[in-house]
Amino acid sequence: MIASMSKVQQFARDRFPELLDALKTSGYRCIGPQIRDGAILYDTLDSFDQLPKGQQDHQSPGEYRITEISSPRNFSWANGPQALKPYLFAPHEVLWKANIDANKDITFSEAGLDVPPLAVIGVRACDLAALGLQDAHFIGRPDPDPYYAKRREQLFLVAVNCTHPADTCFCVSTGDGPQATAGYDLVLSELDDCFLIEAGSERGEAILAMISTSDAVPEAIAIAATENEAAANRQTRSLPSRNLRDQLFANLEHPRWNDVAERCLSCGNCTSVCPTCFCYSENEQPSLQGNESNHIREWDSCFTHGHSYVHGFVVRPDTGTRYRQWLTHKLGSWHDQFGRSGCVGCGRCISWCPVGIDITEEASAVCMEPEK
Amino acid sequence: MINPHLPWQAEVIGRVDESPAVFTLRLQLCDANTRRSYHFNPGQFNMIYLYGVGEVAISIISDPHDDNVLDHTIRAVGRVTNGLAKLKPGDKVGLRGPYGRGWPLIEAEGKDVLAITGGLGCAPSVSVINYIMKRRGEFGRLTIMQGVKHYNDLLWRDRYDQWGKQPNTQVLLSSDAGGPLWPWHTGPVTVLFDEARIDPHSTIVIMCGPEGMMRASIRHLLARGIKERSIWLSMERNMQCAIQQCGHCQYGAKFVCSDGPVFSYPEVKSLFNIKGF
Repeated sequence: MIASMSKVQQFARDRFPELLDALKTSGYRCIGPQIRDGAILYDTLDSFDQLPKGQQDHQSPGEYRITEISSPRNFSWANGPQALKPYLFAPHEVLWKANIDANKDITFSEAGLDVPPLAVIGVRACDLAALGLQDAHFIGRPDPDPYYAKRREQLFLVAVNCTHPADTCFCVSTGDGPQATAGYDLVLSELDDCFLIEAGSERGEAILAMISTSDAVPEAIAIAATENEAAANRQTRSLPSRNLRDQLFANLEHPRWNDVAERCLSCGNCTSVCPTCFCYSENEQPSLQGNESNHIREWDSCFTHGHSYVHGFVVRPDTGTRYRQWLTHKLGSWHDQFGRSGCVGCGRCISWCPVGIDITEEASAVCMEPEK
Repeated sequence: MINPHLPWQAEVIGRVDESPAVFTLRLQLCDANTRRSYHFNPGQFNMIYLYGVGEVAISIISDPHDDNVLDHTIRAVGRVTNGLAKLKPGDKVGLRGPYGRGWPLIEAEGKDVLAITGGLGCAPSVSVINYIMKRRGEFGRLTIMQGVKHYNDLLWRDRYDQWGKQPNTQVLLSSDAGGPLWPWHTGPVTVLFDEARIDPHSTIVIMCGPEGMMRASIRHLLARGIKERSIWLSMERNMQCAIQQCGHCQYGAKFVCSDGPVFSYPEVKSLFNIKGF
């Protein structure tokens, strides 16, 4: 602990642009949180001033609002709808092209992989955990996905420890936050007048060496630790702590599935904002000239009719079986596939559900004896 | 890095109309090196791409020792398969594969094999039947139980006739809707159990077809003393990537495209009697 504490550095808030400059000089395109359409989203970050300042979010089931507060801080909010997912697993991309010539010969070519190095600033612990799961799915297999792999190689992550979890957050219960403990290149803790900074990789060390910092003072480290603990204590939601896989699969006929089906719109918002959902469909976009066709992939959702279509038959024709598929996979069979739950406690599916369905509430209800 | 999404070009070198809606495409990979390195096992499948329309998962029914040519029997039912139905020899398609885990042929050696199929379910199992027929001495008794909805649906009538004439082979056919042109049994495939001669201790069962048919057959098999682990079935789910990525074919924790499509019954038993997975 002493050894790692001695590595913690600090820099004043007005020195933040140096970090951006160091990343840009090293060839990274920077993206960071910014207010877009009333929500905090990632976008190209050219200057420090673009970061939200004195902004706070209010989240509850089916609700998300940003308000201004009197604070010098830039990261005093919990995650908005967007995770890291779209930067690695693109919502829409060409997998390959087919070209057909006059002799009807078809040539297949992969899509270009000209991916510039990307630095993401402001990543939270829950999203780092989710990234680990997406990595396991897309590149942790015998046939790694070349598109994901290329973007992943080029990704530099600046994490920020979360001090303002939303009411919908439950990362403590999943064991994924609020403090970032692994998977980053640099990690920041934000205080009122300064940031603490620590490297988590060699690439991170190299960037850290380019900016002017001083050894973190013990008082600052203590405040950061206290804030982190307070952030953990503030969380009120949690998933049932017992073995959810066995509990969920033992309750596949529980009346709660029909109950949630009455409320769920099967819209797929939850799967879109979920940082670990990985389903995609493959579709064809032929050119009007008739000699080229793009084979594309797009995010798909297990809440759609087409997701379970098998030649004239739909395995999950109703909302109840679709919600059950989502929940039993995310919190249940994910354990068999990846050695842990597919939920990182980010709470996005709760905030962005148009009818405010709460995954923690549904999971708890399915694990309890039905009411008579 | 090898791009696992990318198909190879293949040529249609033969085509047989099996019934008004069912046809067999004989495909050959165009690149000689790719052809040499391509090997498959019965029960595995390929992704076949129709230019400008899309891909579809189709099981391979030809013999694995002659993998120079790859036969695929297809029912024209959707956009891609209706388009594939229009192809003629000389036309080109995309092909990638083979994918998935095939039938347990090593375990089946020296044992009796009972193949139970329904509808076009016979396509994946035909690969095994052909395989056994070419290596008849390596297997014990072969029993084929094929059920169809309507007598018009029976493909390969000649083949069933010929198989039935082979030594140590029993062919049993049933149709839900019988008629004057249907000399065999009328009813679901399970009516055939009364005539099937099955030794429960030395039989491996391979099944494919509608899940309701497989569920009913499993009940009969278990009642006859067949062990659960001797029952193997080929599952079908929506498949788009075939490389365990796109998520559509998940069956509980299994990815049908790569953990299957052939499963032993104990592997899928916990969900097999529940709708919606």
